[in-house]
Amino acid sequence: MQLHISTSDGVPIYLQIVNQIKYLAASERLAPGEELPAIRVLAEKLLVNPNTVARAYRELELAGIVEKRRTAGTYVSDQGSPLARRERIKILKDRIDSLLAEADQMNVSWEELTKLIEQRRTAMQPALKE
Amino acid sequence: MNAPYPSLAPPIVELHRVTRRFGATTALEDVSLTVPRGGVFGLIGGNGAGKTTLIKHVLGLLKPHAGAVRVFGLDPVEHPVGVLGRIGYLSEERDLPDWMRVNELMRYTQAFFPHWDPGYAEELREAFDLDPRAKIKSLSRGQRARCGLLAALAHRPELLVLDEPSSGLDPVVRRDILGAIIRTIADEGRTVLFSSHLLDEVERVADQVAIIHQGRILLTAPMEELKQTHRRVTLRLEQAVDAPPALVGAIACSGEGAEWTYICSGEGAQVRRAAEAIGAAVVGDDALTLDEIYVSRVQA
Repeated sequence: MQLHISTSDGVPIYLQIVNQIKYLAASERLAPGEELPAIRVLAEKLLVNPNTVARAYRELELAGIVEKRRTAGTYVSDQGSPLARRERIKILKDRIDSLLAEADQMNVSWEELTKLIEQRRTAMQPALKE
Repeated sequence: MNAPYPSLAPPIVELHRVTRRFGATTALEDVSLTVPRGGVFGLIGGNGAGKTTLIKHVLGLLKPHAGAVRVFGLDPVEHPVGVLGRIGYLSEERDLPDWMRVNELMRYTQAFFPHWDPGYAEELREAFDLDPRAKIKSLSRGQRARCGLLAALAHRPELLVLDEPSSGLDPVVRRDILGAIIRTIADEGRTVLFSSHLLDEVERVADQVAIIHQGRILLTAPMEELKQTHRRVTLRLEQAVDAPPALVGAIACSGEGAEWTYICSGEGAQVRRAAEAIGAAVVGDDALTLDEIYVSRVQA
């Protein structure tokens, strides 16, 4: 699991960990049932406070992205769960929101935008099938 | 690590209204500070802000002219043995006896600390790639820092005190130092107090932050709270003005015409309400880095 922590854009570190693990899980680069590194191990690898990693894991657990099993270990939840699906939809919604905002700023109309999306979809078809 | 933080246990370090002068210069003025057990406390400030003077009071090397210092509940000046034996300390100068060899320093330091762990010391020596036969005088800057770190860590101190540990070091040695801080608090109940002007390091590892400037503590807060309550908010006014309208919670402001950017502290909702009240639209609202928070506080 490769995470990248940056202190140059102001986003709290626990949130960077949460967002990146959510993204990895939603894109299935973290498979359901896969074990996450222990808090201490990840803290030493990322060089961040272990309390920060613990906070991120708690948030991920609350969001249903990961689950604690027995006393030891944190595992990626089953991605078929409604919570995981909600998470994927949320990532897409964020993307769509920024796309709509940019289209608006650039004076691209809704009709033009949908046409453009259709075009891009066709153009990407071979790639998607791969 | 999973225990609640800040812990309910009595604080490790307490400074109560400490004042210290050197001749006509006031190095610390009415400084109060509480370092809770079991976390990383970051002390940030520029050169000459009073960081080292404050740390020397914690170690009992300086006596306050007014106020009181307690470490593990004891006065460190009156109980040097009871206090220093439980502290691991790395100074910015890393004053080590130059004429000793690494293995001699290890034996020598061991004599001062009843809880010295020879196995752990050896483990650290190997991890830091220190030649036991090497003269300390001959060590590079980075190896010297690692040697000092070994001496500070091998008795598994309850409190690790680091004064500008990363200053002048390359990124590889800085990683070792950050790693040592993280391992120290991951072992339950232990505490780190460190001073630094490298704010990205502080942002990574500190639970709690104090900003010291010209001998005074400007602010003490949990890192999370500090990040949550400081934002950069940009407002767009209905028409251009010459001076920015006053905004509740604003620490600093820059801009021109109809667009003004404020550094604000306080609840996000409060800032938005204040903006609405003066008929302005919030067009930007971003989190700040610790660096930006520090600069805005010191310049305010």
